[in-house]
Amino acid sequence: MSFSFEVLVTLRPGLADPQGKAVEASLPALGFTNVSGVHVGRHVRLDVDAPTRDEARAEVEEIARRLLANPVIEDFRVLEAGAEADPRSPREAASP
Amino acid sequence: MSRAAPRVGVITFPGSLDDRDAMRAVATMGGEGVSLWHAEPDLRGVDAVVLPGGFSYGDYLRCGAIAGHAPILDEVRAFADRGGPVLGICNGFQILCEAGLLPGALIRNASLRFICRDVFLRVETSQTPVTRELVAGEVLEVPIKHGEGQYVATPEQLSDIDRQGLVVFRYSTEGGEVTEAANPNGSIHNIAGVRNAAGNVVGLMPHPEHAVDPDLGPTGGQALFASLLSGVLAGATG
Repeated sequence: MSFSFEVLVTLRPGLADPQGKAVEASLPALGFTNVSGVHVGRHVRLDVDAPTRDEARAEVEEIARRLLANPVIEDFRVLEAGAEADPRSPREAASP
Repeated sequence: MSRAAPRVGVITFPGSLDDRDAMRAVATMGGEGVSLWHAEPDLRGVDAVVLPGGFSYGDYLRCGAIAGHAPILDEVRAFADRGGPVLGICNGFQILCEAGLLPGALIRNASLRFICRDVFLRVETSQTPVTRELVAGEVLEVPIKHGEGQYVATPEQLSDIDRQGLVVFRYSTEGGEVTEAANPNGSIHNIAGVRNAAGNVVGLMPHPEHAVDPDLGPTGGQALFASLLSGVLAGATG
């Protein structure tokens, strides 16, 4: 079975987020003067082949912990993106 | 008879830029540079290891994150565990942090700008392979060139760093004052370089390998390579 996940990686609270600040600072020029608390993070989508959803999820958690996020500066959340991989992906389309 | 020149390995990752300058700096200061390749888990018996600057793996994911898991890193870790001297410069510093060999992390400069200029560094300790010929309080001039050089660490790491004296270099004025104005990238406590608890692994954002030839600007990098080489000759392990 292929399971799809999304991993959201965000800077830990309290850490300076210069990217978020830069986005926030540019908004008044577009007419948005009521926006604050802008933070920029990373979104990673992946498909995992595993016997069960729980096993797939455990693997994604480990991938996030060991590579996708740096625990010194980042937190992460693992979201499930559906039981089956996206049928539009080439790998799925190629298999009968 | 003096023994042969110390052999200093310089690791090239895909996207490394400053490996040739590091090799040249080693040779200029009397050592022998040994080129190492990230995918080959073999340090070829070198006496010291340098992880050079650049943009390993295009800085994808995070600076140094992918290189921090390169095959040769297991060898570097074992070498460091045995007390072997390891120096990470710029991207090499980022790699050592990502690999967990040094505390902390490097994030985007507070200004959001890539910065390329000469800076002054105050030496904080002589208890490392690259500062053993220097004394705390000495000031060196070397260039920086980075977009992601803002040093950060968790509160627990910062208290360890303070307690164990792990800061090796701080951004300072020419006179050695650690001021906000002298901090180019927003690094916490003006930290430009740190060491591990054992003292044999050092990382810094500035580029000593670009500062050994008087024809090309400041020469603040000479003392770091001189220390590294003399330490090997003296049999010091860090």
